[in-house]
Amino acid sequence: MQWETVIGLEVHTQLATKSKIFSGASTAYGAAPNTQACNVDLAFPGVLPVLNREVVNCALKFGVAVGAEIGRRSVFARKNYFYPDLPKGYQISQFELPIVGKGELIIELENGESKVIGITRAHLEEDAGKSLHEDFHGLSGIDLNRAGTPLLEIVSEPDMRSIKEAVAYARKIHQLVVYLGICDGNMQEGSFRVDANLSIRPFGQEAFGTRTELKNINSFRFLERALNYELERQIDVVESGGRIVQETRLYDADRDETRSMRSKEEANDYRYFPDPDLLPVEIDESLLEQIRDELPELPTAKLQRFIQTYALGEKEAKALTASRPLADYFEVVVEAGGETKMAANWVTMKLGGALNKAGLNLADSPVSPEQMGGLLKRIADKTISGKIAKQVFEAIWNGEGDADTVIEAKGLKQITDTGAIEPIIDDIIANNSKQVEQFRAGKEKLLGFFVGQVMKATRGKANPEQVNELLLKKLKG
Amino acid sequence: MSLDRSDIEKIAHLARMAVDEDRIEGYATDLSNILGLVAQMDDVATDDVTPMAHPLHMAQRLRVDEVTEVNRREDFQAIAPKVESDLYLVPKVIE
Repeated sequence: MQWETVIGLEVHTQLATKSKIFSGASTAYGAAPNTQACNVDLAFPGVLPVLNREVVNCALKFGVAVGAEIGRRSVFARKNYFYPDLPKGYQISQFELPIVGKGELIIELENGESKVIGITRAHLEEDAGKSLHEDFHGLSGIDLNRAGTPLLEIVSEPDMRSIKEAVAYARKIHQLVVYLGICDGNMQEGSFRVDANLSIRPFGQEAFGTRTELKNINSFRFLERALNYELERQIDVVESGGRIVQETRLYDADRDETRSMRSKEEANDYRYFPDPDLLPVEIDESLLEQIRDELPELPTAKLQRFIQTYALGEKEAKALTASRPLADYFEVVVEAGGETKMAANWVTMKLGGALNKAGLNLADSPVSPEQMGGLLKRIADKTISGKIAKQVFEAIWNGEGDADTVIEAKGLKQITDTGAIEPIIDDIIANNSKQVEQFRAGKEKLLGFFVGQVMKATRGKANPEQVNELLLKKLKG
Repeated sequence: MSLDRSDIEKIAHLARMAVDEDRIEGYATDLSNILGLVAQMDDVATDDVTPMAHPLHMAQRLRVDEVTEVNRREDFQAIAPKVESDLYLVPKVIE
């Protein structure tokens, strides 16, 4: 039988705020255990949560970016369950009235087509602490630094029909939240975590099959592998006459399999109710206006603009707009005088390669975009050749100043004076009579040899086009 | 609405409360009576009334995103039952 895959994703994004959602404790990653867990995070008696304004702004930015209905009045609710990394015995979340309602996101598929994925809702909640199950004499150790870190949980419709679509959607959400500056997107640090719901049904059947939920996947590669495993497993179960049980399964990356989490004695019964410690959040039109006005250009719009404004191919434009800092860098390079195609090439290949090799982020690039633009300007106006430019790039990278300074200091200016190149060519022709003979006998490939000799003699500073021209004239003449 | 024995057992379990066997019937009666009291609301016409999330007719005040708390781990951990390697120790719970 042919099976159709149905996938919906819940993405937990940690919001990039300085302090927690309901307390003034820091959210900085990597602090010593329990140094960033204050009495609100620890649920001391008598403390009260106070909502962080920036958290609301982050949620609104996302809502506006996906064209969602904004909950003009949203309500925090208590989700009750007992777990040691949740000191209150409930998680403050949103249930009936989330801050972001229905929206949509367009994903691009491999075949070049795009598809609209529905977003059901996005709601605010607090993250829990971390449990460490290493051996503490049979006990668990709890670090509550993460407790109270703001999360925006983005819930999709079950609109994805393949694993590729699911991964494309997750990547698109990731790109969007990072573009919006509401999440740092660091998956190793858990800033962006994915839960996936997967079910199968015979092609043509309308009703959904029973789904399983895969929890806490923190890389796109693991998402793909976990879904692949789970899809195969479900097909095996159904085709061998079994039934899928609705359950939560954990993906074990080491064994590349999903495992049933010991099912709780009873189904989750969270007994949501409005949190009496928090009043409804009201969003007025002026705040929404402000959010709309301040919204940065989004990835899809930027991609289109790059293709049109800079006459770039889609592949180049995609590479450049993959991240906002890279796109910004490129635009400064162009503004500083870089020709667009050349700039695209230098930024993605040469600079990208050098950064990669040095293990640096773009933000830490030793070559500023202004310097890069200045360098490319000197290629475009033929002050230096492309080959010399690589040498100049290294010098800029090593902190020897901008392109003009380096070119001047090292005497790298291209020789375009015919009078200076001609004697060198004459010399080379005189000293290589055998090759000249062969060339004249029709072995035209030897032109490269002569160009090489001239470049060597001028230490790469001769203008290659000019050398070509002069050589041909003299060799054929 | 009336609660029976199994409802009480379930509620007690969800709240992680130990309930004496011989008091379950009593709780069932008391809690059913409370629900009955609230159920009187069903007779009131509320079609035009917006559900209330909070008895105060106010909106949530928002805080500026600033770190205002300092590290007080020593104070907090001084009153914790068990601490090791700066972590709070609790009975093992593995799902």
